[in-house]
Amino acid sequence: MRSRTGKALIYALLIAGTVTFLFPLWWMVAVSLMTPEAAQAATVRGGLTALVPTDPQWHNYPDALMQMGSVRWTGFLDALANSVVVTVVATAGTALSSSLVGMAFARMRFRGSRPMFLVMLGTMMLPAQVTMIPLFILFRNLGWIDTFLPLVVPAFFGNAFFIFMYRQFIAQIPEALLEAARLDGQGWFGIWWHVILPLTRPVTAITAVFTFIFTWNDFLAPLIYLQSDDQATLSVALNSFRNQYGGITKVNLLMAASLTTMVPCILLFLAAQKQFIEGLGKGAVKG
Amino acid sequence: MATIELNHVSKTYSGDVRAVSEATLAFRDGEFIVLVGPSGCGKSTLLRMIAGLEAITGGTVAIGGRVVNDLPPKDRDVAMVFQNYALYPHMTVEKNMAFGLLRRRKHSGLSGLLFHAAERRAELAAIDQKVLDTARTLGIEPLLARLPRALSGGQRQRVALGRALVREPQVFLFDEPLSNLDARLRIEMRAEIRELHRRTKASMVYVTHDQEEAMTLADRMVVMKFGVVQQFGTPGECYARPANRFVAGFVGTPVMNFVEGRVDGGVFVSADLRVTLPAARWPRMPAGSATLGVRPDQLRVLDSTDAGAGSTAADGTSVPATVRAIERLGDRMDVAVMIGGTRLTARIENDDRLVEGGSVLVHIGLGAAHLFASGEDGARLADAHDVA
Repeated sequence: MRSRTGKALIYALLIAGTVTFLFPLWWMVAVSLMTPEAAQAATVRGGLTALVPTDPQWHNYPDALMQMGSVRWTGFLDALANSVVVTVVATAGTALSSSLVGMAFARMRFRGSRPMFLVMLGTMMLPAQVTMIPLFILFRNLGWIDTFLPLVVPAFFGNAFFIFMYRQFIAQIPEALLEAARLDGQGWFGIWWHVILPLTRPVTAITAVFTFIFTWNDFLAPLIYLQSDDQATLSVALNSFRNQYGGITKVNLLMAASLTTMVPCILLFLAAQKQFIEGLGKGAVKG
Repeated sequence: MATIELNHVSKTYSGDVRAVSEATLAFRDGEFIVLVGPSGCGKSTLLRMIAGLEAITGGTVAIGGRVVNDLPPKDRDVAMVFQNYALYPHMTVEKNMAFGLLRRRKHSGLSGLLFHAAERRAELAAIDQKVLDTARTLGIEPLLARLPRALSGGQRQRVALGRALVREPQVFLFDEPLSNLDARLRIEMRAEIRELHRRTKASMVYVTHDQEEAMTLADRMVVMKFGVVQQFGTPGECYARPANRFVAGFVGTPVMNFVEGRVDGGVFVSADLRVTLPAARWPRMPAGSATLGVRPDQLRVLDSTDAGAGSTAADGTSVPATVRAIERLGDRMDVAVMIGGTRLTARIENDDRLVEGGSVLVHIGLGAAHLFASGEDGARLADAHDVA
């Protein structure tokens, strides 16, 4: 059907795109394996030299993790634990609350559901910067500053975008399935747990991956709400490679530490990829 | 097993859309009831009100003598089979069937797991056994480990049936369960449902738009139109003594022939027809405008050479007509004839002499004919049966 040249052109474009997008990552890998002098030179000269390190400094990785934060090793391990706790709790909270609220908007008839849905969608239009200061004041009045609460509690109140996604997906589930569950003795929570959640796995996968990556990488919120060193998450702890004037002295170590913190996101994405495309709704009803 | 009593049950949707109005019916314990009518007649709504899936806006529904208006579906002890099967797509056939039972266990929670391990295990084993037994009776045992998407339509419907059966509810509800199956499978499943009822003696309420399905399954049937119950009786009663013109036209195929006209001195007169009504059939002969209803099998189509042609017997009249169309059914045929501008359908034995466009004599048998008050839903006028 398609001519060979056409195919070749498409592949050329795809390869060019891949190279362009992978270049920064490769640059990070290359710099992370350089000696401090070479890394300094690479950053100053724009980094196009020595893209294949001739003498890879593998010890940069343990060195970087060891030097993260103010106390040897402890800084990294604390930050890792903090990041894991915050991210896992926030991810679970977002997925559970968003699917519950999504089900309510999709399936329950209650007074004001439509205006409430519109107001909820409206919150997506608000830039985070607008709510930053009011939120900070709110959390300070609650006495939550320098705790994880401001980072995880909001997740249990849903996320407008994911609620919208769940709602659209749940609206496609045949009504008869929910009715069958009601006759089988389920209330709304039972229906949600036994029918809605298993059938919305693709949405949950997307919600989990996006929330995980966002929370894991989030720099601003932990920076604002967490103050003690031992509360810092990884993205904040990475900042310890900057000196007080904002300059970076150990670029190679910063790159090594950054790459290490990326690993969980990449693994999760690969693991969840299959869920994205799997359609479980098949076979429920005739069709 | 339970009785079902509907007392002035109504369903009104926002504003004044009446889906069901003032249905008062009593179903006996163990009866197979069929709700039948054209689409939009309120039969499904009525069923869903019994199930608890639809709020009742007026009147009461009682199951086994207990008013269930305010009970959620799960507390009514009913099971339902849906038109589109409604199997849980992420569960195997076995889990689908066991789901309702698993939720109703005594020791289902954490305390069961921790403190009543033995009872819990016994409960689970009993459920497994029940599912297995039910699967055997329905012939779906080999499918237990499969997901619904790996089943054919007929198999899915069987599983849906099994899911209802295994619960052993007081009442089974069926919402057009066979209408997604092909004709052959439908007849097969119909017989199986009938057999199931015979064996379980359970109370069943079955909704269909197919009058043939209703006739073959029902102990008694409820014929509905526009949310109003037209007739409640055995299939035989609805067929032989329809309450009104609507029931007469809805029950039986081909559809009853209706001719509008007037009765004058024991003679029915329409634009194209003039027949003497036998006094034996209508001891109290009505008078005035009326509709004559004659089933197609009460008509005979005679070649003009047949003996007795043109005679007027006591039980009917012969009239000249032309053949408009012939539909061959194999053993019998449906013949549409025109008497002037009036079209009548006759179901007769095969007769190769008949040709489309040919002239014939039509004998209209009046021994089982009906007269209805004029109008689309005119009530049947009293005949010999009612007087006796």
